[in-house]
Amino acid sequence: MEMPSPNPAILARKARLAERLLAVLPGDAVIQDAAETRAYECDALTAYKCPPLLAVLPRNTQEVSDILRICHEEGVPVVPRGAGTSLAGGALPTADCVILGVARMNGVLETDYQNRIIRVQTGRTNLSVSGAVEEEDFFYAPDPSSQLACAIAGNIAMNSGGAHCLKYGVTTNNLLGVTLVMMDGTVVEIGGAHLDAGGLDLLGVICGSEGQLGVVTEATLRILRKPEGARPILVGYDSNEVAGACVSDIIKAGVLPVAIEFMDRPCIEACEAFAKAGYPKCEALLIIEVEGSPAEIDHQLGLIIEIARSHNPVELREAGDADEATRIWLGRKSAFGAMGQINDYMCLDGTIPVSSLPFVLRRIGEMSREFGLDVANVFHAGDGNMHPLILFDANKPGDLETCEAFGAEILKLCVEAGGCLTGEHGVGIEKRDLMLYQYTAEDLEAQLKVKDVFDPKWLLNPAKVFPLSATQDRRDVALAAE
Amino acid sequence: MTPQTEAELAEMIAGASGPLCIQGGGTRGLDADGERLSTRALSGVELYEPGALTLVVKAGTPVAEVEALLASENQRLAFEPMDHRGLLGTDGEPTIGGVIAGNVSGPRRIQAGAARDHLLGVRFVDGSGQAVKNGGRVMKNVTGYDLVKLMCGAHGTLGVLSEVSLKVLPRAEASATVAVEGAGPADAVAAMSAALGSPYDVTGAAYDPEKQTAFVRVEGFADSAAYRCRKLVSELAGFGSPRIEGEDAGLWRGIRDAAAFHGRDGDVWRISVKPSDAVALAPRLQAEALQFDWGGGLIWALVPAGTDLRARVTVPGHATLVRASADTRKRLCVFQPQPGPLAAISDGLRRQFDPKGILNPGLMG
Repeated sequence: MEMPSPNPAILARKARLAERLLAVLPGDAVIQDAAETRAYECDALTAYKCPPLLAVLPRNTQEVSDILRICHEEGVPVVPRGAGTSLAGGALPTADCVILGVARMNGVLETDYQNRIIRVQTGRTNLSVSGAVEEEDFFYAPDPSSQLACAIAGNIAMNSGGAHCLKYGVTTNNLLGVTLVMMDGTVVEIGGAHLDAGGLDLLGVICGSEGQLGVVTEATLRILRKPEGARPILVGYDSNEVAGACVSDIIKAGVLPVAIEFMDRPCIEACEAFAKAGYPKCEALLIIEVEGSPAEIDHQLGLIIEIARSHNPVELREAGDADEATRIWLGRKSAFGAMGQINDYMCLDGTIPVSSLPFVLRRIGEMSREFGLDVANVFHAGDGNMHPLILFDANKPGDLETCEAFGAEILKLCVEAGGCLTGEHGVGIEKRDLMLYQYTAEDLEAQLKVKDVFDPKWLLNPAKVFPLSATQDRRDVALAAE
Repeated sequence: MTPQTEAELAEMIAGASGPLCIQGGGTRGLDADGERLSTRALSGVELYEPGALTLVVKAGTPVAEVEALLASENQRLAFEPMDHRGLLGTDGEPTIGGVIAGNVSGPRRIQAGAARDHLLGVRFVDGSGQAVKNGGRVMKNVTGYDLVKLMCGAHGTLGVLSEVSLKVLPRAEASATVAVEGAGPADAVAAMSAALGSPYDVTGAAYDPEKQTAFVRVEGFADSAAYRCRKLVSELAGFGSPRIEGEDAGLWRGIRDAAAFHGRDGDVWRISVKPSDAVALAPRLQAEALQFDWGGGLIWALVPAGTDLRARVTVPGHATLVRASADTRKRLCVFQPQPGPLAAISDGLRRQFDPKGILNPGLMG
């Protein structure tokens, strides 16, 4: 994966930069020792590593503003970092960059149940946002599977989703306001506790901009009252086609489950071996969950079961109690751990129209044989967000490269099927060079123009999201001006 | 000008030297100065997959046609877009492009989200005549920047929409409403807040001060809607006299379209605030009539012609002038001017996407 070569002039100014940052930050907030900056050399895409020039750990908006103003004046690139859980390399440093980590900014600023909002500093983890409102039976809906560790800052940067988006939407649908610090240090407030921010939908474009438009230090999030209850069922089929048709029929029938998870045979087998959840041996497995009062759940599941039965399942399992419900989810929730047990893996997240699911799964199976690497599929079936897990051996020369080539082919397939490269992980460096498969150069130019407005010197996370060749001129101009 | 294809639209914009007034159905009275450019000939359904909850239509397609198509599969646009014709006394046929350009969203916005939350992808032509695609037709898509949201609510000032992809949702089997009578504004907002903070998935919460009645809607399967209504009646007893309404489709259409102000003289403003701020703000507006939606978060105000209502909105939020004479709209601006740094970003975006300054110039700042 190519990254821009570090600017020697910036490397030479490290001491001066550290000195200026220490003038506005406490001593322990500036990390410059080479042994310590290594803690920031990568995120969850661990195949790529590069220690930054410096790392800074501000505690509030003012400190973030001071840091960015100084880096702007010094012409130093800044890579914002949430909890470092990006699977796409969104927080990968370059040797001449400052990592701005928001981990120390984890406070709750306001909870307001009457208006159903919470305002937090963005270093707070996703799960602890729900934790802060749990005593009143509220929750924050977007639930990425890394929710125990991932930070709201990263959720906003990547517009993170989760298993329950079919009903509750993704981050952008649950974000009401932000405090944004621009690269020159300017602090802007966008939106707030009211439902619609005025003017152009800047909130909409900031969410999902992968830390390239500004650093979000505080966020107003929508919180919801928990439903009265939830209950899953498990249905197994002997073909992916039939399972796909079942999902489509459920949706067409007007039932909207909160989650429909899909696992294919390799995934079922791996999970079964790892977690022993008692899953049936079959080609495709669906876990469908609905919410409401016990009577409402019975009614919805009744309709779903009728549709599921009409497709002749090899197994249909209901949860009689909480314990059985947990067992239904057990295998799915351990899917990633189960894969990690077998080998190294790469997790993709292309999205496809639900109708093309059987075709896409069949093609992935064929490609798996062509590339000689195993792949297992878990899938948010209601919204078409795939998660192919390609297994490889990092210690075997050439295996990572084969895996990446296979991954790229899967993502191109998703685009050909009418879908997209990434449904919830973001582009980062991982999918940067595939952007021209989904968009024309003109389509990308329209996106680059937005960055020109927010960050004219192209200093914020500059080597991400877009193919380097598409941003070369802009980064060069910034460098020349410097 | 009435382009028949996106390519023609691009040619016309590329060739334009003066300002253009971008129009869908022309039902919202937002005429900018300039030559009229209508999208109504860019019409038709490109793709509809009920099993994937996805609809792709050209921007000039009439909303009525979209809604009829969705109804045939028991689906709908969940954001419940308003029809402005009754309030503004306009005729013409509202288009889906107009709805999206204005991010027009009705009572269900509090539960299901606004138009922008249901928009999956767009095609548009920017002010230099370049056709651009962003987003797609799938529900989860974080590939590159989300210009989809930026275009939604930009009122044609960043580009002219030619095609939109939408997430559609099943139409509920039943709808039921609890009316809380005898409630003053404070009790009404508290009641709506309690309802919205309940586990009963409320899809509408509005208040009519003239009738001293708050309305809370639930939707779903018939048994479920009835059960939730019964629960709400007992939970809201402390705020007035709650009872279950009969037929409610007309009621919510009226709330959606601000029907209480139809045929009444005066200017109409729409104010977006934090719901709990609505109670203290209401008397300060000195309005002739008020209607609350979104649990108090949306206030419709009827005031004497020419009133600068914005000066009286002293809480965070913003006010939009929905109905007024052309002179008043010019003098007070339809959309609330933004604070300096935000205005600078918005201006910067307009200059990038509309370098000639010809797309609905002056409409949004």
